[in-house]
Amino acid sequence: MTSQGDEATPRSVQLSVDGTVVTATEGDSLLAVCRGLGVEVPTLCYGDTLTARNACRICVVELDGNRTLVPACSRPAEEGQVVHTDSARVRTSRKVVLELLGSSVDLSLTKGVEAWNERYEADPSRFGPSAAPAGIGERDRRVTGEHHHADPLTAATVAQPAKIDNPLYVRDYSKCILCFKCVDACGEQWQNTFAISAAGRGFDARIATEFDVALTDSACVYCGNCIAVCPTGALMSTAEFDLRGAGNWAPERQHETTTVCSYCGVGCNLTVHVQDNEIVNISSPSDHDVTHGNLCIKGRFGYVNVQPPRRRVKD
Amino acid sequence: MFGAGGGTSSYQEVVESDLIVMWGSNARNAHPIFFQHVLRAVRRNAKLYVVDPRRTETAQWADLWLGPEVGTDIALANTMARVIIEQDLVHHEFIERATVGFDTFAASVAAWTLERGEAVTGVPAWAIEEMAVAYARADRAQMCWTLGITEHHNGTDNVLALINLALLCGHVGRYGAGLNPLRGQNNVQGGGDMGAIPNRLPGFQDMADAEVQQRFTAAWNHPIRAQHGLHLAQMFEAMDEGGLKALYVIGENPAQSEANTAQAVQRLGRLDHLVVQDIVLTRTAALADVVLPATAAWCETEGTVTNSERRVQRVRQAVQPPAGARDDIAIIAAVSERLGRSLGATDSEAVWNEVRALSPMHRGMSYERLEALGGIQWPCYHEDRLEPSFLHGRLWATDPTERGARAPFSIVQDESPVDQLTADFPLRLTTGRRLDSYNSGVQSGAFLSPLRQGETIDLSPHDAETLGVTEGDLVRVVSRRGALVAPVRLDRGLRSGLAFMTMHFPDEVATNDLTIDALDPKSGTAEFKATAIRIERHDTDPPAAPAVDN
Amino acid sequence: MDLHFTAKDPTTAERDAVDDVLGAPLDRTAVDRAATGQYLRAERGGAAVRRQRHLLLPALLALVDRVGWISPEGLDYIGLRLGVAPAEVYGVASFYALLALEPRLTRSVVHVCVDLACRMAGGVDEQRHRYEDSDTLVVDSACLGQCDRAPAAMVTEPGAPARHRVDAREATVIAQCGEASLTLLRRVDVIAPTDLDAYRAHGGYVALRRALDIGPAAVRAEVDAAGLVGRGGAAFPTGRKWAAVAAAPGQPHHLVCNADESEPGTFKDRVILEGDPFAVIEAMTIAAYATGCEHGWIYLRGEYPLARARLEEAMARARRGGLLGPNVMGRGFAFDVEVFRGAGAYICGEETAIFNSIEGYRGEPRTKPPFPVEVGLFGRPTLVNNVETLINVLPIVADGAAEYRRLGTVGSPGPKLFCLSGSVRSPGVYEVPFGTTLGGLIERAGGLTEGRTLQAVLIGGAAGSFVGPEQLDLPLTFEATRAAGTTVGSGVVMVIDDQADLVDLVTRIAAFFRDESCGQCVPCRVGTVRQEEAILRLSVGKRQRHERAHDLEILHDVGQTMRDASICGLGQTAWNAIESALTRFKLFPEDAP
Repeated sequence: MTSQGDEATPRSVQLSVDGTVVTATEGDSLLAVCRGLGVEVPTLCYGDTLTARNACRICVVELDGNRTLVPACSRPAEEGQVVHTDSARVRTSRKVVLELLGSSVDLSLTKGVEAWNERYEADPSRFGPSAAPAGIGERDRRVTGEHHHADPLTAATVAQPAKIDNPLYVRDYSKCILCFKCVDACGEQWQNTFAISAAGRGFDARIATEFDVALTDSACVYCGNCIAVCPTGALMSTAEFDLRGAGNWAPERQHETTTVCSYCGVGCNLTVHVQDNEIVNISSPSDHDVTHGNLCIKGRFGYVNVQPPRRRVKD
Repeated sequence: MFGAGGGTSSYQEVVESDLIVMWGSNARNAHPIFFQHVLRAVRRNAKLYVVDPRRTETAQWADLWLGPEVGTDIALANTMARVIIEQDLVHHEFIERATVGFDTFAASVAAWTLERGEAVTGVPAWAIEEMAVAYARADRAQMCWTLGITEHHNGTDNVLALINLALLCGHVGRYGAGLNPLRGQNNVQGGGDMGAIPNRLPGFQDMADAEVQQRFTAAWNHPIRAQHGLHLAQMFEAMDEGGLKALYVIGENPAQSEANTAQAVQRLGRLDHLVVQDIVLTRTAALADVVLPATAAWCETEGTVTNSERRVQRVRQAVQPPAGARDDIAIIAAVSERLGRSLGATDSEAVWNEVRALSPMHRGMSYERLEALGGIQWPCYHEDRLEPSFLHGRLWATDPTERGARAPFSIVQDESPVDQLTADFPLRLTTGRRLDSYNSGVQSGAFLSPLRQGETIDLSPHDAETLGVTEGDLVRVVSRRGALVAPVRLDRGLRSGLAFMTMHFPDEVATNDLTIDALDPKSGTAEFKATAIRIERHDTDPPAAPAVDN
Repeated sequence: MDLHFTAKDPTTAERDAVDDVLGAPLDRTAVDRAATGQYLRAERGGAAVRRQRHLLLPALLALVDRVGWISPEGLDYIGLRLGVAPAEVYGVASFYALLALEPRLTRSVVHVCVDLACRMAGGVDEQRHRYEDSDTLVVDSACLGQCDRAPAAMVTEPGAPARHRVDAREATVIAQCGEASLTLLRRVDVIAPTDLDAYRAHGGYVALRRALDIGPAAVRAEVDAAGLVGRGGAAFPTGRKWAAVAAAPGQPHHLVCNADESEPGTFKDRVILEGDPFAVIEAMTIAAYATGCEHGWIYLRGEYPLARARLEEAMARARRGGLLGPNVMGRGFAFDVEVFRGAGAYICGEETAIFNSIEGYRGEPRTKPPFPVEVGLFGRPTLVNNVETLINVLPIVADGAAEYRRLGTVGSPGPKLFCLSGSVRSPGVYEVPFGTTLGGLIERAGGLTEGRTLQAVLIGGAAGSFVGPEQLDLPLTFEATRAAGTTVGSGVVMVIDDQADLVDLVTRIAAFFRDESCGQCVPCRVGTVRQEEAILRLSVGKRQRHERAHDLEILHDVGQTMRDASICGLGQTAWNAIESALTRFKLFPEDAP
């Protein structure tokens, strides 16, 4: 933290949200305005350290004078706006977005979905039974422009085997809602490594390395900043993946402590996730202005040397 | 710099600057999160200049990369200074008001024509001129450096040469413009802050200052000896001469990290008594008479560290240490107790409050406030406000009293590396870090990194062809001090004549058997960056690498 | 950038293809050997390299043109030259249907159109078989914009140079050829398309001369007074757009001519570009002059090789004639144009997707606001106008707004181009004043194919709607179509007779949107899939009443959500035509047997 910056002070504007008149800073997102008022707006692709990508469309609100609904995450507050966050149109769109995602993606580790499904009466099963999962690499081989003929009696999904090709993390794209956050964090907005990109188009769009090469052949530097922003558990450290697989992942036995990384002089804050006195994950607070939630391979994965079996005091 | 040892700017100022120079720093690998701030600036259209003999990952981001001969940084800086003076791009007002020694300095660089600069550094004149002009013309320019500047026999002079450039252009003491050494370890800055340098007390207070002495004497109820201590290199020299008989090493592995390790280990052997306090049994600990098992500072203890933007931050205990390992403070207190003197309350906050009581620049940083603000940059004199994020703003004050002492230009001369290239040792070996490893590998060696490839001797494709070797071939690397065997790796970022190694795998390949212990007399840092070597073909299999057991 | 490449070196052909676009690289190894001490002492990079990213798609197309596909080696080479990571290059390459990422080693590739007009013309299967031989790869394609000459296919033979040709039925270019009433089409098929003298002899460059005489503000005022609205489908007032770009702070401004018409059933831009390319260039020059643009781009769909060749030739002649370049008409105004070739993506007709496509990113639409007039191509204020919109500027500036308004209605002034296809005697582009009735227009095209009766008309393309025979008296204006719950859209009038299978057409439309969705937002990415699945289930027939009701409810909910919550016009209109078929034609009645 510092005591001074040099940005100009923006104007304040007045708008109405569900009938409440509120003063906001011009340029703030409607999402920020709603949250400031305590109005709950669900989000999935929104990340506090990333430019709003505006892809999941679950945060849509109704804005008088607009033909379509608008995304709260990326629509700036303007003078005189009249916003409705719980109109019938809004509820329908949120319900259907939840159904579309819930029917095509494994949302079992996505926070908030259960409550939202209830609130918006979403029924992801309405499109019929799920289609059989794709084989290894099958979705990566889909050709753009070539129509994919599927059995209409089942609902197409993105289900496929998890990609496990390196010792540090697992990519389970059955859980990917294509929020683009990992791409943005790996790319221009933070890490600038560009190991992954969205590839393909439409329902065949996916997050991929070039030609779907293994992560170990890609540009990946294992900073894990993609894991940090993934909202659905599609990206996960191997440590967590293995503990979950063995049935030993126990959030109720975990605690988090924020400290400072020991690997160089930059001073990155590390949030150490500990279960039964073992470090099970490391993250960084997204609201800290040294890291903005980002770390490098050493900070995120270099904790192994202090783990119990490694150090023993001999008598 | 001008009385306080720390980078002058905050990271956020780097983001908001117009031009950034990374000089002798491969921050993309060695300080990845700092480099994210640099890249944010680049994405906001800041210009990036990188000076490094290697075309590193950092250099690949540069709008212009300059690759001087190893050890010609002063020649390059002085040539730039002459361009700036010649083209009248200096900041006249700042120089007049806030600096001293400009005329002598200008005279000292007058001989550094672009032609001479190019001849000495190898960098084309157009590139030197372009960078000089761009640096001088930028509204906000940042000069950042790391060990590529300091790990030379004249490292301090290298730093002074860079400071001269900032003074010429007024690129210090303002928001967004500054001089920033990036610290290699998480508490290099904090160690200095706390007085772990031979001539300072906590808060960079001069131990020769009577008022300071009095304050500490009163607080500690013990007189302060106003005598400069030894820096690391002087300690090792003193072991030779018998002037130093006992050594207490805390969290350092000199048996592997010192240049010319063979000699360093020999010297450690001459000690009467060696105590090592560490979290694992390092090579140095293996030589010790007493080993004190300690807790890992970053996750098993409470305390503070200071980062490269002078921000003091809390470290906190996240896990219980292994049985028998003790907190550093507790160990020191216990040692003190055995020596017959109690240190009083020794929980980390009590120690910190003692620092605050004695060091004015830390006074405003209560634990509570550090917690609430996510760390605080020094100086922080008051509990109810914060100082500007940059240092030396006083230099811009119009009131001479407020402005205080002027910042001096320094006359610095170009000097070749001590380890000279000859027909027997024709290649220049320089050293550095890789992204996934750290120093001698004690901490970073344990985790499974997909990037890790072990130690290699990196050569330019051209040299490899000349030597008749290719990627993966084992070669013998010989310096005037030692020899080792390592596999070849080809790096297109190296020019002919330049080779590169790390020091991450000393158990397998002891790079520091090669390096020279020529020292910078002021800082005590060795010239790790400039070793003369030759490469010989090696046609036998390497010995199997011993397993690392930390 | 610290990029990581894994592939080996490209072949000579691949390297040459890329170098033709990007210029020859510095060969580092050669430099190293030639000047050993001076190797690698300083190098430029950074922003200077990143600024070339707009050459990414041209370089990818060059590879496909030369060797038929994009190999890992070729892809890496492009990334290396442009400073773009291979994953990103792959992300871009895999966005386009005309770019292949798997080996295509046949001598030629044939894209067979399987879209609406070609289906109705019959013989999609015969078309596919017609090209089948061991040295040809046959792939299905969305609408090729040859609906007046259906059925159609595009044949590509990679090489140096690649050969592209379109196979379609022989037909007259325009039925109205030479008629005195024509404004927009008056030169088409009358003059040799790339003959500059002929163009000038037929009224060419009169409008630009007048524009330069009266000045930018007066040109904008004339366009505003003419009441011209955009012809691409969104019907936004052109004068307002021009005023906003002209007033936008920040230089330079950019001009983009949207020639990516990919709406199934649309082919009018092709007829103009092939038949009167100078008109587009002149109109762009006027637009640029009026809005302060220095550079113009024609974003041309990749399926129009002939239009591209004609445009390139016309541009070269215009440059030689001083009508493009640093000093247009000797009046000190600088403007030039380049053709940017699309690579097979309907979404790239969306104005902000065009920007991403040109800039070398995936052609995904951007969030609006900010609007293109403020933040457009390369982040600069940008004017995007469709081909037909632009050429309307010529009569407006040459003859004045009042004269222009004599045609059409108050709400929809001027002439309009319509693309007649399907079951009419003379399919093609027709120019009529706004207000002509639907029935009148069909008559203009010779009426229904002999012996058929009218079942429906698809107005506005896949994003438009089906109307029934009862709408033949509908005047084709923006206001009247809106009131009737349909749209002029891009001017598609596809006539569907009683023998056509409406269910098949609706199924194809559903498939089209699924294939062409960019995948960025959930409503469109998954919604188009659920829509297609429901249509397919309904079309099977043997469904219980409650199952049909369930599927119709799904279509309605999903359709409404796509319309309300999609990012761009593609998703927002993906339900339009299907909804109209369901409601107006009771295509899948709940109570069907």
